[in-house]
Amino acid sequence: MMARSVLAAILLLLALSVTAGAQAPEGSAALTEESLSWLSSWFRTDRFPAALATLTFGVLLLYFVHHARAGRDLYIRRIAGLEAVDEAVGRATEMGRPILYSPGLDPMEEVATVASVNILGQVARKAGEYETRLIMPNRDPIVMTVSQEVVKEAYTEVGRPDLFDPNDIYYTTQSQFGYAAAVCGTMMREKPATNFFIGHFYAESLILAETGNATGAIQIAGTDSDSQLPFFICACDYTLIGEELYAGSVYLSREPLLLGALKGQDIAKVIILAILVVGSVLTMLGLDLRSLLG
Amino acid sequence: MKKTGPVVLGFIVGMLMLIQYFTPNAWVEARYNNVLDWKQVVFGITLILGVISLFLYHWRKIERKEKGWGYSVITVGGLIFMIAVAIIFTPERGPYPWMFDYVQAPMQSTMFALLAFYVASASYRAFRARGFHAALLLTAGVIVMMGRVPLGEQMGLHHISSWILDYPNLAAKRGIMIGVGLGMTATAIKIILGIERTYLGKGA
Repeated sequence: MMARSVLAAILLLLALSVTAGAQAPEGSAALTEESLSWLSSWFRTDRFPAALATLTFGVLLLYFVHHARAGRDLYIRRIAGLEAVDEAVGRATEMGRPILYSPGLDPMEEVATVASVNILGQVARKAGEYETRLIMPNRDPIVMTVSQEVVKEAYTEVGRPDLFDPNDIYYTTQSQFGYAAAVCGTMMREKPATNFFIGHFYAESLILAETGNATGAIQIAGTDSDSQLPFFICACDYTLIGEELYAGSVYLSREPLLLGALKGQDIAKVIILAILVVGSVLTMLGLDLRSLLG
Repeated sequence: MKKTGPVVLGFIVGMLMLIQYFTPNAWVEARYNNVLDWKQVVFGITLILGVISLFLYHWRKIERKEKGWGYSVITVGGLIFMIAVAIIFTPERGPYPWMFDYVQAPMQSTMFALLAFYVASASYRAFRARGFHAALLLTAGVIVMMGRVPLGEQMGLHHISSWILDYPNLAAKRGIMIGVGLGMTATAIKIILGIERTYLGKGA
């Protein structure tokens, strides 16, 4: 039902766009101008492609969520970094050492941080099951507060609320390299057996990953920052590259509805790929796509 | 209600944020600015929570004489000292700006400078030609580095270097960025519609 409503909205937007862009007969020029002015007072027409893409993507997601709700089996490719989470938490348990989790430097409103907090919930659940201590230094106080709630909830779910210590999820500093120094210091003193660097990182990524490497910890990193990915790939055992970060909590929780959404994401990629191929071929044939699209 | 409330609130605020991006309407824009103002208020309150958390974390270490408790004494001492001098002398003059310029800034620069050594050690590990892929990485790395210096330019390597950066490298980067864009949009849509509730706990 919802998918149909979104589809109707897309068609309406398309119709509005076509109406706005159509050549008007001479007599109705004033009317068209008025319609255009009304439309542009409510809708940024220059952002129409973004609106269309968001709605199309939304429809795809809802379709596959509906598909998953019907109980149909969905294939999701194996992600090595996420498969290793169990092993990494288990290793910390066997060694009697803590797990260190860094959510990156970005604030809570950034999607990479939201994805990181979602993965944190899954990691905390496993840490709770294995009764392993989880340390989390934070750069942003809002991320710290949200993370405390997420970890507390995860421990409660596995029946170990007593394991939760709010002092283990603490604030360090707003300073970028101050944060790096605090995390490196924690790694050198506490010697965690497993380090998770999941979120958006900047120049401090290599400092963190190399220090963790020097302490002999197993390291799982995940970031959407393309400039920091090579550093994590060099210094960590497993790296979640780009979109794998966003798929993390879905992959770990295996919730059917979320798997459906992940499938929708894959189909959207196929569509983008097809558009890129068709666009490239048409451009190579000398067709000006801009003029074709009006 | 404990679980439904945050989902409903997430939907309303998420939709408002989404709509404000596509509409120039003054009322929606004003609500967007309200949300930004509130964010500052929430940040201020959580910053107090953060400082309390920092203090308690280090205080506990000092109290229990845990490993490295001496560093905690410096942290707590520095925190109290900076707050005290800012109140007594104001942040614009006295020991506060001095501590910032001659203690904090050089320490931050030192941390940043460490990056050079870490780049060297990470490159050493990455460039060990243990297999085909590592050898390929090593070759590409050497060509790109040589292409960026005058000697490499004289050898004509700058053309190959630019080609590697502009075609295979950029293509891979764009592939990652498309995936990231879709992942971001999917996560946002899932949270707005209440499909993704992991942050509320599994039972949500």
